[in-house]
Amino acid sequence: MSELAMQVGQSAAPEAVLFWILAPLTLIAALGMLLVKKAVHSAILMAFVMVALAVFYIAQGAPFLGIVQIVVYTGAVMMLFLFILMLVGVDSSDSLTESIRGLRPIAITAAVGFGGLMVSLLGRATLGRGAVGVEAANADGNVEAIAQLLFSTFVWPFEAVSALLITAALGAMVLAHHHRIQERPTQRQLSIDRFRKDSLGAAAGLPAPGVFARHNAVDVPALLPDGSPASASINASLKARGDLQNSSIFELGTVDTSASEEK
Amino acid sequence: MDVANYLYLSALLFTIGAVGVIVRRNAIVVFMCIELMLNAANLSFVTFSRINGDLNGQVIAFFTMVVAACEVVVGLAIIVMIYRSRRSASVDDASLLSR
Amino acid sequence: MMTSTGLVYLIALPLAGAAILLLAGRRSDKWGHLLATGLSAASFFLGLYQLSLMLGRSSAQRPIGQKLFEWISVGTFKIDAGLLLDQLSICFVLLITGVGTIIHIYSIAYMSHDLDRRRFFAFLNFFIAAMLLLVLGDSYLNLYVGWEGVGLASYLLIGFWNQKPAYATASKKAFIMNRVGDMGLSFAVMIAFATMGTVSFSGIKAAAEQTSTAALTGIGIMLLIAATGKSAQFPLQAWLGDAMAGPTPVSALIHAATMVTAGVYLITRSNFIFDAAPTAQLLVVIVGAITLLFGALIGTAKDDIKKALAASTMSQIGYMILAAGLGPVGYAFAIMHLLTHGFFKAGMFLGAGSVMHGMNDEVNMRKYGALRKFMPITFITFGLGYLAILGVPPFAGFYSKDMIIETAFNAGGIKGIILGSVTLLGAGITAFYMTRVMILTFTGTSRWDEKAHPHESPWLMWLPMAILAVGSVTSGYLLSNGDALAHWLSPLFESHEEHHELLPPIVVSALALTLVAIGVAIAFLKYSRSGVDAVAPSDVSILTTIARQDLMQDRFNEVVFMRPGQVLTSALVKTDEVIIDGAVHGVARSALGVGASLRGLQNGFVRSYAALILIGALALIAAIWVVAQ
Repeated sequence: MSELAMQVGQSAAPEAVLFWILAPLTLIAALGMLLVKKAVHSAILMAFVMVALAVFYIAQGAPFLGIVQIVVYTGAVMMLFLFILMLVGVDSSDSLTESIRGLRPIAITAAVGFGGLMVSLLGRATLGRGAVGVEAANADGNVEAIAQLLFSTFVWPFEAVSALLITAALGAMVLAHHHRIQERPTQRQLSIDRFRKDSLGAAAGLPAPGVFARHNAVDVPALLPDGSPASASINASLKARGDLQNSSIFELGTVDTSASEEK
Repeated sequence: MDVANYLYLSALLFTIGAVGVIVRRNAIVVFMCIELMLNAANLSFVTFSRINGDLNGQVIAFFTMVVAACEVVVGLAIIVMIYRSRRSASVDDASLLSR
Repeated sequence: MMTSTGLVYLIALPLAGAAILLLAGRRSDKWGHLLATGLSAASFFLGLYQLSLMLGRSSAQRPIGQKLFEWISVGTFKIDAGLLLDQLSICFVLLITGVGTIIHIYSIAYMSHDLDRRRFFAFLNFFIAAMLLLVLGDSYLNLYVGWEGVGLASYLLIGFWNQKPAYATASKKAFIMNRVGDMGLSFAVMIAFATMGTVSFSGIKAAAEQTSTAALTGIGIMLLIAATGKSAQFPLQAWLGDAMAGPTPVSALIHAATMVTAGVYLITRSNFIFDAAPTAQLLVVIVGAITLLFGALIGTAKDDIKKALAASTMSQIGYMILAAGLGPVGYAFAIMHLLTHGFFKAGMFLGAGSVMHGMNDEVNMRKYGALRKFMPITFITFGLGYLAILGVPPFAGFYSKDMIIETAFNAGGIKGIILGSVTLLGAGITAFYMTRVMILTFTGTSRWDEKAHPHESPWLMWLPMAILAVGSVTSGYLLSNGDALAHWLSPLFESHEEHHELLPPIVVSALALTLVAIGVAIAFLKYSRSGVDAVAPSDVSILTTIARQDLMQDRFNEVVFMRPGQVLTSALVKTDEVIIDGAVHGVARSALGVGASLRGLQNGFVRSYAALILIGALALIAAIWVVAQ
């Protein structure tokens, strides 16, 4: 027991501590992405995984990438994801029951096999090989070294990627753009349409909602001359939500004593 | 600590991402899982860079990020388009072949 | 051989009539029958004119020909559409157009109430044209065209009242059985071309000497099959009885006087083949002998007047075929009997038609009786035909039939005795059944339906009957006086063999008359003395039952040909369905199955595609894992 503790103590470099704390959390977060129901929770877990990866990059001598990871991924990409999530409905949630028969067991079996084989292969490939480390390459600073490479060896791929970025931006714009099928109706046209309707009831405009001595609100229907409420005076969306007040309680001549007592 | 541990982590993250692509139906979650797979690959690149002692791996990871960014832009635009026409972000609803 | 340009009009006139009547449609309803009759008569007079020309030439110069056009020219195979009018053809031309015209006239009255009279006359004219082409063709292939033409005409006319399914079926039966015979003719043409390289009569006649007997026997047998089909001879005889479904003038013209004798013409025309092929010739005699008894026996049991006459026709053509099979001595007698038979049998059929006309189309003789008083002219003309077919001197049948009996006896040896006996027996049975027809129809007590009002037919009908009756009386004497017909035809046939007389002619005649007398006497005893039931008695001997069913000919065809044919066909259909279709459908079904199972993969769900990609990646990694051991 003490020997094991000794081994841990000797090998427990700061990086190892970082790794053994962060790596399980990262895996748990990644698995959580699969298991949570709400897409927005998935997005938050994803953001955590990305930040953790950024930390790993920095720990491995890639501070530039780590920063870029945080700025581009957690900053831009995840914001984009969240933005789209808001667009399509933030509470949209999957039912986690599988609709395609047999897909889930197949996927999990294949994934377990894939992961196992990968780990086994990687273990075999890296067994007994120490790391050279990037300290030498980063001697003049990581950003400068990467810049050196980007603008010399990788200048053509760099240019190509910049073209790709522009194209993608254009593509996204083209996709998001949509044509109007009909001309937007002008005021003149709307007015003509009103008069061409079956009834001329709405031709002069809809009645304003109720204005009473005791109350003045958009959710109270106006009263018609015979004392009945005019439903046309209420905004359609209020009606749809059911946020309607009964105008009869504000009628003149009937004094609501309970209301005054409350005051 | 053995540097290979990063590679194992990368393999596991990649696998989780792959399972996520298959089992989740919300197109946005699917897309995030794809991003997870790309990131797992990036982690491998960075680790390879460290193992080999040159920065090519980091540059490749950088390119991957750029391409991933492009992909997100276009992919999310497509999702929005599909959502607009189908009122659904489920990838199963975008299947026309089966019926 | 002399050529003439006029021969084609013999055929063209009636053919034009048919075409006009069919193309003009209802517009020609009013005058169509007159035009058809006129064109038929014109053809007859043209025939008479050709006869007069022919009489003016020496016997070697008499055959004339006409090349119409080059018909088929393929390599060495050259056939011209050509016509040949010789001493044999002219007999047929005059018979066809003469009897044909008479029957046209008769039909004007007989069919006057029929809405489709025009179509009937069109078909009649077409028949005349086809039959003339048959007898005028100068090669087997030209003959074949006419042969098929008369088959078609026969089919159309038997099924003329095709609104009755039974009649339509009868026409189909006739057509199909004729096809069997036609196949024989086409085979004969093929064998002739394969062995001799020619199909013309003159070419084959010239080449026959160098040709093997086997080939000639083959051709002969095939020609015999053709003849049995067209002439209703055993074993293809079954259609003739049902062919009586057609209007009576058709029965008289096609199924008594002309078309059914085409087989006799074919065998006589092919004399050079049969003379060189004794086996085929023997078969001809056998077929003739069997049929003459076969038809006679059927005739004794039939109550339908037309079917009784049809059975008689079958029997009489048996006589002709038998005579034609006896070689050069018999050809002339075959033709002579053919001509006399053409008169008296056509006359009797017209008489039967006249009776039916007066009896509301009743054909059952048991519903007749005592018609003599009501139809005196019909009775007299029918009676003259009756005397002629019996062979009572000096009526026509006496000359022609006795000649055949005589020739049969003179065939020599056991063959002669057998054939002679058969022909004598046939004469006796003929006397019996024809007397039965006479008694049942014209004498005794009336057994009519209440609605029947028997009356004599109009003059347009009895005049043709009278003309034919005159022919029945005189034609035998005219044709045999001084062996006129035999001499007329003799240049066409090889020289006569020497007579070896078994019995002197007078003895033969006496024997024949005795048998005829016996037959008549039996019929009198059976039908005249004891009277006749209006309904056919059912408690009859098995022999009568069989005879009533046409000696089981239909049953035989059904059991021997139809049922195995049906079994074979259904087996083939099953084979086709199970094996052929099975293979085809199996391929399709397996493709479908593979497609359906693969279709499960292409379900359109992105996620299942992703799963497939993952599985592919797994396989790749597994391969690397194995390789990188």
